[in-house]
Amino acid sequence: MGRFVLQAKKINKWFKEQTSFKALSDIDLEVKRGEFISITGKSGCGKSTLLYILSTMDTDYEGELLINNVSMRGKEEAELARVRNEEIGFVFQFHYLLNEFSVLKNVMLPGLKLNRYSAEEIEHSAMQKLKILGIESEATKMPNQLSGGQKQRVAIARALINNPLIIMGDEPTGNLDKKNSDIVFDIFKELANVYQQTLLIVTHDNEFAARTSRIVEMEDGRITVNRK
Amino acid sequence: MNFKLTYDIALSLLTARWKQTLVAAVGVMFSITMFIALLSFMGGLNHLLDSLIVNRTPHIRLYNQLQQAKKQPLELYNANKKSHNFISSIKPKDENEGLRNANKIVATLKKDPRVEGIAPKLIAQVFYNVGRTDVNGLINGIDIEEESRLFFFKDYVVDGNPDALKTTPNSIILGKGAAEKMLTSIGDVIQVTSAAGQQMQLKVVGFYQSGLKEVDDVQSFTSVITTQKLLGKPNTYITDIQIKLKDLLSAPRLAKEYSSLFDVDAIDIQSANSQFDTGSNIRTTISYSVGITLLVVAGFGIYNILNMMIYEKIDSIAILKATGFSGNDVRNIFNIIALSIGIAGGFAGLLAGLGLSGIIDQIPFQTSALPTVTTYPVEYNPRFYIIGALFSVLTTYMAGYLPSRKASKIDPVIIIRGK
Repeated sequence: MGRFVLQAKKINKWFKEQTSFKALSDIDLEVKRGEFISITGKSGCGKSTLLYILSTMDTDYEGELLINNVSMRGKEEAELARVRNEEIGFVFQFHYLLNEFSVLKNVMLPGLKLNRYSAEEIEHSAMQKLKILGIESEATKMPNQLSGGQKQRVAIARALINNPLIIMGDEPTGNLDKKNSDIVFDIFKELANVYQQTLLIVTHDNEFAARTSRIVEMEDGRITVNRK
Repeated sequence: MNFKLTYDIALSLLTARWKQTLVAAVGVMFSITMFIALLSFMGGLNHLLDSLIVNRTPHIRLYNQLQQAKKQPLELYNANKKSHNFISSIKPKDENEGLRNANKIVATLKKDPRVEGIAPKLIAQVFYNVGRTDVNGLINGIDIEEESRLFFFKDYVVDGNPDALKTTPNSIILGKGAAEKMLTSIGDVIQVTSAAGQQMQLKVVGFYQSGLKEVDDVQSFTSVITTQKLLGKPNTYITDIQIKLKDLLSAPRLAKEYSSLFDVDAIDIQSANSQFDTGSNIRTTISYSVGITLLVVAGFGIYNILNMMIYEKIDSIAILKATGFSGNDVRNIFNIIALSIGIAGGFAGLLAGLGLSGIIDQIPFQTSALPTVTTYPVEYNPRFYIIGALFSVLTTYMAGYLPSRKASKIDPVIIIRGK
């Protein structure tokens, strides 16, 4: 039991707008520590929907979700927020940096929210994360002074700041060109190999998926392939 | 919980849109300024109008009403018989209009701790003899010192020396209107005739102007002794005892008490001048409602700006929530934004309101009816400032409540997927 970072058991999801539509059916998924998993599939196959359920942001589903062996069923909104803050790091297709804050402060924000370490310690660890991603020289700049690829790397640093159990990505390379995509992939690979970071990345880029340690393919709300 | 972080984020959102923030804060400032200035001015005006009548009116007046005896002799005589008495055309009994035992009443009242002071008075109906015509008049015999101390009499003596009433025998302070009718000036001697036919020469030592023409045309003032002489009464004769209380509001209760204690008639200021109280209340209510309306309008401004800010920052809110900020944290951020606008604007408004009141206070305002007033009246009452401060915070909080709630309910999934 203790081996799993994340377990999904028989997750079903309906969209009930005008006509009822089953988006996910009987999804079973187990993620072990240190795995680098990609979820692929065509548009509308439900892969993003699954990711948002697994990330606790979407609570309207049936089934059981365990993160670090704790059930997420019936948790208060504030508790789920705390779980996201502490256990999950996010990278989205769009970087979503706050333009009002410097790069460094953007990376620090989730750490400050967690409030486990002092501001100095968080700053130090934020600089470390930026160094891992090779953009420590941009720390004092504002996000709008950075290139698209750099912004995405800042977003990854932000995802890492609380040393999360798992990093989830929703098309993190979707907006990037080949060169920057490769950089981001290499970073993920390095995180998985060197730091034993668990990653769960939704992508429709088959080339990207092919290089991960495990591929989950989805079609019409079901998992069709789950191979190492 | 992590207040500093919440505050940091709120501040950065505020400064990112500093022009809008400024507009919102200026809106609050303007309304608080007007609220303070309006209330101060209205308060001053109320005071002025109150002083026109209320300050000059005794809180309780003891007097002897001429009326029919409540128990007719026949009723006393037939008290034990089973019969009805029908008496028609009852006339008031021939009774002294003065207060019985006035000296003892005065002595008792002076010992009463609830009484601020008392001023005896007697009133005489007279004619001012002007050549061959007679002008109706009313002479008040007063104790000039007590009258000035308790009812600000000297403030209304516009010409001459009021203290001469005490030092010069047979002297009179004439109402301004009456003096004009008689074409007299200070130092002249006028003749008056009492209702009983007694004539008397009086020296004019001053003019009195209350601002109420009806009063000024008729009333004049002499010392108590002069009026007693005019009426041919002994020096114990007093028709009125004017009482000023320490607590104005206790007047109706004490009036009843004194009435039964001294067996005289007593009227309290509330019954005698209820219309002034009503007028003051209405003016105050109007100023408060105008002020609060201004604040509510400013509140709508804040509501709009916060709503706009939330639409603009919806991505930021979504990512904050995705990275672990709860709905409550987001709500606090926007509440802080609203309250900062309210507190900053409110504080500036209080200062500006004080300044504006000061300016109004300097504007010349002279009217012959109000000799003591030279500039617009303004009341500097800390209560207005406290209410203004409370309301600025309250309205901005209310204005921020709905937008904050909306921000806290934003579903990050919808925004993030929409991209």
